[in-house]
Amino acid sequence: MKIAVNVHLKKGVLDPQGKAVHHALETLGFKNVENVRIGKQIILNLNTEDKEKAIQEAKKMADELLANPVIENYEIEVKE
Amino acid sequence: MKVGIIVFPGTNCDRDTKWAFEKIGAKADFIWHTEHNINKYDLIVLPGGFSYGDYLRSGAIAIFSPVMQNVSEFAKKGGYVLGICNGFQILLESHLLPGAMTRNENLHFISKFHHLKVINNENKFLQNLNVGDIINIPIAHAEGNYKVSNETLKEMYDNGQVILKYCDENGNELNPNGSVDSIAGICNKQKNVFGLMPHPERAMDSILGGVDGIKMLEGFLK
Repeated sequence: MKIAVNVHLKKGVLDPQGKAVHHALETLGFKNVENVRIGKQIILNLNTEDKEKAIQEAKKMADELLANPVIENYEIEVKE
Repeated sequence: MKVGIIVFPGTNCDRDTKWAFEKIGAKADFIWHTEHNINKYDLIVLPGGFSYGDYLRSGAIAIFSPVMQNVSEFAKKGGYVLGICNGFQILLESHLLPGAMTRNENLHFISKFHHLKVINNENKFLQNLNVGDIINIPIAHAEGNYKVSNETLKEMYDNGQVILKYCDENGNELNPNGSVDSIAGICNKQKNVFGLMPHPERAMDSILGGVDGIKMLEGFLK
C-alpha cells in the first residue's frame, strides 16, 4: 500500500523558501499569488493491504521521525 | 578535565573542537557514534557539521545513532553536554533542549564573525563572563532560525535558560537569521545541557581572528 505523508510548516512559522519562491513568481509576472508555502511529501511503500493499519503506522512514523511537532504539521494520504 | 567529542558521519568540526579543548588544558577524545561508553567524561560535546547530510531535518537522523541513547542518559543524570551548531540542532531534535530550528530568514548560509551578548551567566558554561558582556564569535549555518512556543519561551526566561543573543558591536539587538528574540544560545532547566549556533572553538587564537571562545570553554574547567 502506498501512503504519502505531507509535512509542512505550521501556520505562523515563517517559511523563507515559500517567500523566495513567491517573489520569483511575481518577477515572472504571476501577479495573483497571495502566498506560497513549501512542504515535503514522503512516500511510503508499506507491506500491508490493511488500510487502517497502514495509516496508523504512518502516523506513528510521522510522530516519531518524519515531522517535528514543534514547527511542523502533517497529513496522511492513501495513494493506492 | 576529560572531554568526549561525539563524531557522527558528516560531523566536520570534531578536530577543531578537540584542538580547542586541548589548548585550554583539557584532555579530549573522539567518540564514534556507534560507541556506548561515555560515562568516564566530564563533558560531552556534540560538534558542528552536517551529520547524516542534514537529511530530513538538520540533526533529525543523528538522534537515532546508538551513542545518543547514552548521551540522553548522561544528560538526565546531570552530566554536562554542549552542542555547537549542528550539535545544538541534534540536542533540539532529541528534546534535550526546547524548541526547533528552521531555515535562516534570508535563506543564505551565513558564515562570518558575529557579536553576541551574554544574557545569563548563572551556569557553568558562561560563568567566566558577565551579563551584558559583548563577545565576537564566528557563526556558520543555514538553519539557525530558532523557534519555540511563546509559553516555553517565557518559562525559559524565568529559568535563566536564554543565555546568548545576537547583537551588534555596541550590544544593540542585531538578528542575522530570524531567530525568535535574536536568541543564539540556550540551556536546559537543570543548566547542564547547553546549545549554541556560534562556534567558540573557532575563536581560540588571535591569529584566527579572535580569542573570545576561550573564556566560554574554560567555564567547563572549573
